[in-house]
Amino acid sequence: MMEKSHILSILVENESGVLARVAGLFSARGFNIDGISVAGTLEKNESKMIISTYGDEQILEQITKQLNRLINVIKVQELTDDESVVRQTVLVKVNADESTKNEIFRIKEIFEARIVDVSRNAYVLEFSGSAKKMEAFIELIRPVGIKDIVKTGTIAITRSKK
Amino acid sequence: MTGSKILIESLLKEGVDTIFGYPGGAVLNIYDELFNYRDKLNHILVRHEQGAAHAADGYARATGKVGVVLVTSGPGATNTITGIATAYMDSVPMVIITGQVPTSLIGNDAFQEADTVGITRPCTKHNYLVRDVKDLARIVKEAFYIASTGRPGPVLIDIPKDITSNVAEFDYPESIEMRSYNPTYFGHHVQILKVVNELLKAEKPMFYIGGGVINSNAAAELKEIAEMIDLPIVSTLMGLGGFPSEHSLFFGMLGMHGTYAANTGISNADFIVAIGSRFDDRVTGKVDEFGRNAKFAHIDIDPSSIGKNVKIDIPVVGDVKSVLRSMLEIFALKSKEIESTQYKRMKWLEELNMYKYEHPLSYKMSDIIKPQYVVEKIYELTNGEAIIATEVGQNQMWTAQFYKFKKPRSLLTSGGLGTMGYGFPAAIGAQVAYPDRTVFDIAGDGSIQMNIQELATAVQYNLPVKIAIINNNFLGMIRQWQELFYEKRYSFSNLNINPDFVKLAESYGAVGLRAKKPEEVEDILKTALSIKKPVIMDFVVAQEEGVYPMVTPGSPITGMLLV
Repeated sequence: MMEKSHILSILVENESGVLARVAGLFSARGFNIDGISVAGTLEKNESKMIISTYGDEQILEQITKQLNRLINVIKVQELTDDESVVRQTVLVKVNADESTKNEIFRIKEIFEARIVDVSRNAYVLEFSGSAKKMEAFIELIRPVGIKDIVKTGTIAITRSKK
Repeated sequence: MTGSKILIESLLKEGVDTIFGYPGGAVLNIYDELFNYRDKLNHILVRHEQGAAHAADGYARATGKVGVVLVTSGPGATNTITGIATAYMDSVPMVIITGQVPTSLIGNDAFQEADTVGITRPCTKHNYLVRDVKDLARIVKEAFYIASTGRPGPVLIDIPKDITSNVAEFDYPESIEMRSYNPTYFGHHVQILKVVNELLKAEKPMFYIGGGVINSNAAAELKEIAEMIDLPIVSTLMGLGGFPSEHSLFFGMLGMHGTYAANTGISNADFIVAIGSRFDDRVTGKVDEFGRNAKFAHIDIDPSSIGKNVKIDIPVVGDVKSVLRSMLEIFALKSKEIESTQYKRMKWLEELNMYKYEHPLSYKMSDIIKPQYVVEKIYELTNGEAIIATEVGQNQMWTAQFYKFKKPRSLLTSGGLGTMGYGFPAAIGAQVAYPDRTVFDIAGDGSIQMNIQELATAVQYNLPVKIAIINNNFLGMIRQWQELFYEKRYSFSNLNINPDFVKLAESYGAVGLRAKKPEEVEDILKTALSIKKPVIMDFVVAQEEGVYPMVTPGSPITGMLLV
């Protein structure tokens, strides 16, 4: 069977230890976590976790079933690329001097990134997009000289039916 | 009401009449309150917290009720871990109450502090840290509900000491609703119909039953279906007793030490219905070849068990008892179709009986006591009606092979985790539940020493558990593997120094007996059965005896070493 990446949206009860339960399940059963993001929802007692993982169909089925066994897990849903909007955000601190500024602005324009902090010799750029676009963005900005980089886990939401 | 009183009142509301425990600093308030409830709540004082966990487990397996444990924080809690993990692997309903350091000290590395909910997260069905005394009653209610419903399992409640003295109003919830926990009990009708039709169509169908049959109290329904359509049955270790072993449709345990008939039979079957079993590696052998000619159906209350190890053609998520009932209803309307299967069923059973006849379970008598003979004699003298606990290793496998279990909940054994030291405290728990029944622990000389301290518990509460030690002065199963696969290099498996088990029994105030010759076995057992006290029987047995058949590791289950 084909191993591929999957995005799971997991609605959980907002109780202490629930992140440890989910993360512990992945490590105990040898499943992979490529990325994770967790935050509250509009309901005060709920949180949503978006976990990127990979494996074949059988592994994905097991992950889903095992997650559903956890008492605090309310709902598990796979978000496919076609039917969801998928985003990751990155903050990159780059060298900014007279020789690189034009290039930074050019890349910022192309990718619709934002400059969110400016100092004498460094800019911080914020970019949000699909994982693929983000990779392209990082590749292009890399020659400028990356001082530091931070990425969020993936977040995703289903598209409305057309 | 104080937290301590709320806890005990809540336990009474859940119908608890027995708890197994050991006091300590963090639970002193609870113990002080327990003193007031001495006539309502029977507390069994064990000698080691692991013993409490296994005893509650044995009590739960024997009765079907939730077993309850009460221990203190830190070492009290960590000592129960093996017992909790044992219960988790075998789906045993338990509630474990652990003390915790006061809320204000949590995280401070306080005296006898351990992160109990953190440590037990992977080996409980769920666990709780009580942060407010107002939540306590609801948490107890939820814990019992979660432990006993769906696929049962242990649930732990960690209670900081200040919570046990804080005061709240006691208002026990009547009902319970949990948004994120709703086990499926009723199987999908279309799926069940598919199983029925496939059973009628198949040439060589077989039921492969597991512990789920016992957990859901489905033995009667299973027998009815099997007899209605002449369906052969094989069982896992955990399923033994779910179907009468002496029944003509029963072909024994399958797997690593399964019968020739069960392992060969299931490999030739064309339709296998797994019922409350989970395709454990000890059952399937080389998994790709397990049931290689067969279609599979799987009935299980836990969806994650289905399709985990083997691809399933017809999954049925539901409680075994309820699904079997639905099947019975459908079969009741199909008597003509059932009749037309008679000839092919007869041929199939003939084939299986031939396997049974060709290679029955057997052993050779000698001047030295054979372990199998001891188990057979225990079976004869108890008429197959005793509650039998086992330890883990050869003693466990010989019991599974030679004690012909008649009824559910009569075998208490650690199947999943394989915990040496489980059997004796589990037997104590069962004897507490059934003071008048005969309860045995069939043990090895290695295993029995892992929780021998509980002999004091058995003596204190006058629990006449019969311990039969199959004594070969070896870790027998290890010795067997080393003999077969490690060129007889007996690396650290020889128990050269063992206690004198007869004197050991006497020093605890129990009775000790010893048999060295085959002709003494029956007399010793009869004597033990006539004594209303805990008895240790030391059966000095043949050292080289092995458990056969044996599937060599990594082979398909048809690759059996026979006697």
